[in-house]
Amino acid sequence: MTTLNIEIDGCALQVESGDTIMDAANRAGITIPHFCYHKKLSIAANCRMCLVQVEKAHKPLPACATPVTDGMKVYTRSEYAINAQKGVMEFLLINHPLDCPICDQGGECTLQDLAVGYGGSSSRYQEIKRVVRDKNLGPLIATDMTRCIHCTRCIRFGQEIGGVMELGMAGRGEHAEVMPFLESQMTSELSGNVIDLCPVGALTSKPFRYTARNWELSNRPSISPHDSLGSNLEVQVKNNKVMRVLPRENEDVNECWLADRDRFSYDGLDTAERLTRPMIKQNGQWTATTWQTALEFVADKLKAIPAEQIGALSTPYRPAEELFLLQKLMRGMGCGNVDHRLRQSDFSLDDKAHGGFWLGMPVTYMSRLNRMLVVGSNLRKDHPLMAHRIRESVRWHGQLNMINAHEDEFLGKVHAKRIVAPSRLAVTLAGVCRALAELKNLPVPDIAAHGVADDIARKMAESISGGETRAVFLGNMAQHHPDYSQIHALAQEVTTVRRQFRRAGRSGQ
Amino acid sequence: MSLLTPDQKVCSWTQAFDEPASLATYVAHGGYQALRRVASGQISCDAIIAELKTSALRGRGGAGFPTGLKWSFMPRAFPGDKYIVCNSDEGEPGTFKDRDILRYNPHQLIEGMAIAGYVLGAKVGYNYIHGEIFEVYDLFERAPTEAREAGYLGDNLFGTDFSFQLHAHHGYGAYICGEETALLESIEGKKGQPRFKPPFPASFGLYGKPTTINNTETLASVPWIVQHGGQAFLELGKPNNGGPKLFSVSGHVNRPGNYEVPLGTPFSELLEMAGGVRSGHQLKAVIPGGSSAPFLPAATMMDCTMDFDSIAKAGSMLGSGAVIVMDDTVCMVRALERLSYFYFEESCGQCTPCREGTGWMYRVIHRIEHGQGRPEDMDLLNSVAGRIIGHTICALGDAAAMPVQSFLKHFGHEFEHHIEHGRCMV
Repeated sequence: MTTLNIEIDGCALQVESGDTIMDAANRAGITIPHFCYHKKLSIAANCRMCLVQVEKAHKPLPACATPVTDGMKVYTRSEYAINAQKGVMEFLLINHPLDCPICDQGGECTLQDLAVGYGGSSSRYQEIKRVVRDKNLGPLIATDMTRCIHCTRCIRFGQEIGGVMELGMAGRGEHAEVMPFLESQMTSELSGNVIDLCPVGALTSKPFRYTARNWELSNRPSISPHDSLGSNLEVQVKNNKVMRVLPRENEDVNECWLADRDRFSYDGLDTAERLTRPMIKQNGQWTATTWQTALEFVADKLKAIPAEQIGALSTPYRPAEELFLLQKLMRGMGCGNVDHRLRQSDFSLDDKAHGGFWLGMPVTYMSRLNRMLVVGSNLRKDHPLMAHRIRESVRWHGQLNMINAHEDEFLGKVHAKRIVAPSRLAVTLAGVCRALAELKNLPVPDIAAHGVADDIARKMAESISGGETRAVFLGNMAQHHPDYSQIHALAQEVTTVRRQFRRAGRSGQ
Repeated sequence: MSLLTPDQKVCSWTQAFDEPASLATYVAHGGYQALRRVASGQISCDAIIAELKTSALRGRGGAGFPTGLKWSFMPRAFPGDKYIVCNSDEGEPGTFKDRDILRYNPHQLIEGMAIAGYVLGAKVGYNYIHGEIFEVYDLFERAPTEAREAGYLGDNLFGTDFSFQLHAHHGYGAYICGEETALLESIEGKKGQPRFKPPFPASFGLYGKPTTINNTETLASVPWIVQHGGQAFLELGKPNNGGPKLFSVSGHVNRPGNYEVPLGTPFSELLEMAGGVRSGHQLKAVIPGGSSAPFLPAATMMDCTMDFDSIAKAGSMLGSGAVIVMDDTVCMVRALERLSYFYFEESCGQCTPCREGTGWMYRVIHRIEHGQGRPEDMDLLNSVAGRIIGHTICALGDAAAMPVQSFLKHFGHEFEHHIEHGRCMV
């Protein structure tokens, strides 16, 4: 990397070689209008909105795709550049419907915003406008394909982030349209992100449709409870009702993405089945009551039961404060029966482990691991955005090894995979542990003595003994397994056969 | 300048013989001698590139880029796979020369590609053939098989360690696949859409490997240059415009067809060879290099010689050498409507100005042609065309917009007449 001196709009900048004009401008706080460019996606340079003037170039160049060169002088606001940008805006608008008043994107639409600066007040286009048939992408994403400006962000998202190309561009020229394959719907667990990516109102949220305008909403920062990643949320509220959930950008956790369940599960907050006020069941009938009555009722009942016969269970989704208070209450009553591990069946580790479990590494590391072993996890379902990070690692030539009890389409390259009977999860891991020990000429640990180092076990052992950054992940299924303590011990063993191995992370809740 | 004798013809000479496309005919007249010399190391790679530079062979596909220079961009020493691709995606309206090479002289192309493979360090070549000439693809497919059986293609050619494989590939007729990076995408099995450049194919081409792409006629000229020397080729043409070239003459001439003539031949001579303008009519305008080239009015054209520099000086491009002759019966509005329809249909739809602008221009011209023109339409067309030129990923946008501007500039009065009277003046 060498440092280059360039100038954008008369402002001298030092940038790294390999940067594009867009990168350099963004870093310097200079805004260049754009639609197809997105910092997390590959460069398409197809919207042409970011055309800028570059000294000595005989035509305007797209800032998103033009690498900087030493001594380059760029003008983003010169008459020449603005003319090019206005020309592109005119082309984008000629076939774009003038339906902003009924468009859900209104108020948060890049095209609307930029049209204020670069569009004309009236159109010179007097011909018939294009109409594109809407697509049924399923229950989450509403389409208005006539509004599409063909930036291909949604397509690139599928290819590059979602791992599955559910949308593509069919047809040529003016007939080109974004569509799913053979009338299929979007089923990716990350599909909702295309709503955020779409710079216009072509792809909008179906549950949110026609319910509120974005300027009526107030933002409340929050954290997603649905998996152990803790995606950062922006909960948008109108009249004390949650109307929509959007990702709150955090590079260290969820970047700018959100899994569909984090994005859409707010729907459940207002269902009729939800308990919204205290009720007491008497003579088989639920009757509504006041908090005072309800709490006294519970307190009286609890006092009547011997403390050691009481057990308190909480979901792990609750905030730490609540869980703390729950155990405080139970201990106060002289009862130690309190737990949040509702699905775990093997607790024999409890008196051996010290401290709490954690991932063992910052989340961002998961995007750059060389070698991974995932045991008992339906990755995409359990941790959609961690699966995305692991896919990123695999794209960077990382090797993913999987031991699971059922097939799970990872949507990326899997180096070695073993689908075993649920009861054989531990012994299969023992096989890998044994193969690793044999590979390193170390004594086979006692715990792995019953493992068989077959071909796949050896392939996995070879894989996880190489590379520089490695990790073993135990998934939900491993954690809920009756042999959990054994699986955990074996995972520890795999990571400590050589000291360099990372400590076993636990990807479960 | 005298016309070529049969043995001075570079690409079309086999048509003088029976079974022109057969290996036997080709070998009987010295075919594959150049490849034998090259593969056995009698002539070095650098020497071949030097000969190409001397020959002033310029790309025959349209851009006229010097071939020797293009080959010198290829990182020959770069380890790993490299590819040579022949662009036979001849989709430009008016152009029908490459199909004749594939039909009548396929072995010269194969030999040219093998030599290119040797010089550029490519072990595999692809010949991408336009989808609308499917029967030519079928015919061409026989040639590599013949060559393979005779030991001119395959592993260890002529007992040396040089190996070269050749695959023919046909597209499905999209004009855009003639754009070299769209062609690469299409070979890779993707939708034919141009890539943004840089990176150029010489560093990031087919499957991300260094790739050189040349037109069919260009590659077919290479064996002749290797055999006869760059100087001899240059002398067949004129300085900076080496060799003869195939011209596809179409339109209102008595004998339309392909004519191989030296570059620098006066247009009047070429017109004469093609039988002249049909009797009783006057030459009105000529598109000298395929539909993407701005057309030239008769008077300008008659002063031109057929070579890259002369046509460029007159304000157009020699392009692929597709000469479309129009006589005085041609309504320029209708001609432009047809051209604009072509670009509207063939725009790939990737980038905004071309996707939206070609349809806009076509609809306005269609309106004018059908008596619905408005006084402001001509300025509008000029402005829309101006907003496409130079703003797109590939040259299709320019190709669609430049004819519009040139028609309006030279024949604006015909458009005015159409707009004013709602009908044609010719």
